[in-house]
Amino acid sequence: MKQHYETVIIGAGMAGLAAGIRLALAGKEVIILERHNASGGLNSFYSQDGRKFDVGLHAMTNYVPKGTKGTPLTKLLRQLRIPYEALDLCPQNSSRIHFPGCQLRFNNDFALFESEIAAAFPKQIDGFRALAEEVRTLDAFNLGAIPSSARAAVQRHITDPLLEDMLFCPVMYYGSAQEHDMDYGQFAIMFRSLFFEGFARPLDGVRVIIKLLQDKYRSLGGVRKMKCGIRQIQSQDGKASAVVLDNGSVITADTILSTAGAVETARLCTDQPADAGADNIGQLSFTETITVFDKQPADFGWDDTIIFFNTAERFRYARVEPDRLVDPTSGVICFPNNYQYGEGRQLEEGFLRVTAMANHDAWCALDEDTYRAQKTHWYDKLQQVTLGLLPEAKLKLDTHRIASDMFTPRTVRKYTGHLNGAIYGAPGKIKDGRTHLDNLFLAGTDQGFLGIVGAMLSGISMANLHVLQGG
Amino acid sequence: MTEDQVKQIVIDIINEIAPDEDTTDLKPEVNLRDQMDLDSMDFLDIVMELRKQHGIEVPEEDYPQLASLDSCGAYLTPMFNAK
Ligand SMILES: Cc1cc2nc3c(=O)[nH]c(=O)nc-3n(C[C@H](O)[C@H](O)[C@H](O)COP(=O)(O)OP(=O)(O)OC[C@H]3O[C@@H](n4cnc5c(N)ncnc54)[C@H](O)[C@@H]3O)c2cc1C
Repeated sequence: MKQHYETVIIGAGMAGLAAGIRLALAGKEVIILERHNASGGLNSFYSQDGRKFDVGLHAMTNYVPKGTKGTPLTKLLRQLRIPYEALDLCPQNSSRIHFPGCQLRFNNDFALFESEIAAAFPKQIDGFRALAEEVRTLDAFNLGAIPSSARAAVQRHITDPLLEDMLFCPVMYYGSAQEHDMDYGQFAIMFRSLFFEGFARPLDGVRVIIKLLQDKYRSLGGVRKMKCGIRQIQSQDGKASAVVLDNGSVITADTILSTAGAVETARLCTDQPADAGADNIGQLSFTETITVFDKQPADFGWDDTIIFFNTAERFRYARVEPDRLVDPTSGVICFPNNYQYGEGRQLEEGFLRVTAMANHDAWCALDEDTYRAQKTHWYDKLQQVTLGLLPEAKLKLDTHRIASDMFTPRTVRKYTGHLNGAIYGAPGKIKDGRTHLDNLFLAGTDQGFLGIVGAMLSGISMANLHVLQGG
Repeated sequence: MTEDQVKQIVIDIINEIAPDEDTTDLKPEVNLRDQMDLDSMDFLDIVMELRKQHGIEVPEEDYPQLASLDSCGAYLTPMFNAK
C-alpha cells in the first residue's frame, strides 16, 4: 500500500464515501480506510440464509421530485454528480404519528398533515401554521432572538402538550442525539426533511445508494481499503502526522477527515487521554426487529409506510434506565413494501421493522445465553406492541412469518464502533468539524447532520470547507 | 483566446456541474446567481473544473470575479492567454 495521501478518510459510511467523491472529483489523492468488511456504516446491509437485510433505511428523508430547486437532495446530487434517476427514489404511501387517543397522518404533500392537525387540534392550527412558516424560513445556523431550545421555541406556537409531543416524536426519532430536547435549528432541518420534503426509498434499499457512491468514487480513481481499521492518530506540534492501522502499518496524510465520531476520534489520538470527551458520549441507542413474511403487508391490511408511536402519557425521548433493556412505550414501525415502486415492482417478501430505544450497557452486560433469550423476549414484546397499534391483521402472523432477526446496541457498537452504540452520536455536535489538531476534521454524525442525506451533506461540506477551500 | 471563447468554457463547465440548469439565454452582464440556482458550493466546482480541465488556479479571494459571464471573461481571459 502507498504510504502517503493528500487526504485520509476514516470510515466508509455515507459521510466518508460522499467526502471521498468530492475529493476524488477535485483530483486529490484520497484513501478511505474502513474497519468493517462492508461499506455503509450505520446504514448497511447483510445477508442471512441467502436473504439480504437492510440495517437502517426505513425511509430516505428529504425526498423531493426531480429538479426541485434549492433543496438538500438536489444540492447533494449535484455536488456528487449523480443523476437523480440513479437513486430510484420511490415515494411513500403515507405515514402517521400514533399517540393515545390521537393519530395524525402525513405524506409527501404537506397539505395532508396540515389538514389532519386542523381536524384533530382546531384550537392549535393557527399556532401550527405560524410554526411551520417560521421553520420554513428559519436560518438554521442563525436563530437570532429565537430560543435555541426547540421545546421552548415550539411552545411559543403550540400550547397543547399532546400536539407538541406528537411533533417532536418523529423529528427526534429521525434526528436527535440529545435527550428530551434538541437544538431549534436542528429541529427545523429535520422538520423540513420529514414534512415539507418527505420519504422515499429505492426498491432495492440502501444497497442502491451504497453501490452508487462506491462506484462513483472508484470511477474517479479514489482508493478504498476495507478491513483496515485505524488504531491511532499520531501528531506532532498540533498537527496530525500519520495514522496507524490495526495491522501496524502507517500512512501519512496532509489532512485527515474522520467519520468515526467526535469522542471516538479524540480517543484515537495519541496526545489525548484514553477517557477524552467522557462528557460528550451519546446516550441514545436503539434496537430493531425485522420480520419477514411470505405475504405483502397490504395482505394483512397494513398500508402505512412509517408509524411513529407513543403509548405513554408523555413522550419520553431519553436513555433507557440501566435496569431495563428496552423501552417499548415508543418507537418506529416501518413497512419497506409500502412505497410506490410503480407498476409491477414490489419486494418479493413482506417486511416489518420495529425500532425502539434500548440501553447499551444493559445489553452488553448479558452473557451469550441470556443475550439470546432476551432478544427472543423483546422481539415478542415489540411484536405485541406493534400489533396493538396496527389495524387488525387479516391473516395470521405466525403462519406467514418466514424469518426474523433483531439487532441491539451491542450490534451497532460492534459494527460501527460508535461508543454506547449511540446511533446519532454525541449530543454536542462540532459544527465546524474542527478538532484539537490543525489538519484533523470530523464529518458525518458528529459534525451535526443526521440521517443518510444529512451524513452525505456533512461529508460534502467538510471536504469542501477543509480540503478544497483549504480551511 | 477571446473573451467569448472563455465565456463558452465557463458555460460548458456549468452545463457539466449543473445539468438541470438552463444556460441557453444567460445574460452576460447579470450575476449568474440571479439567473440560475447556483450556490457557493457550485462556484467551488467551477473553480475545481477550471483547474482540472485548464490548469487555471483561481485563489479564494478572487471568487467574486466569477460573478457574471462578463466578469469571468474579463478575469479569466488573460489567465488563459498567459498559459
Ligand atoms: C437501525 C437504523 C435505522 C436508521 N434508519 C434511517 C433511516 O430510515 N433514514 C435515514 O436517513 N437514516 C437512518 N439511520 C441513520 C443513518 O444510518 C446515519 O445517520 C448515517 O448512516 C451516518 O453516517 P456516517 O457516515 O456519519 O457514520 P457511520 O455510518 O457510523 O460511518 C462511520 C464508519 O467509520 C467506520 N469506523 C469507525 N471507527 C473506525 C476506525 N477506527 N477505523 C476505520 N474505520 C472506522 C465505521 O465502521 C463506519 O463504517 C438509521 C440508522 C440505524 C442504525
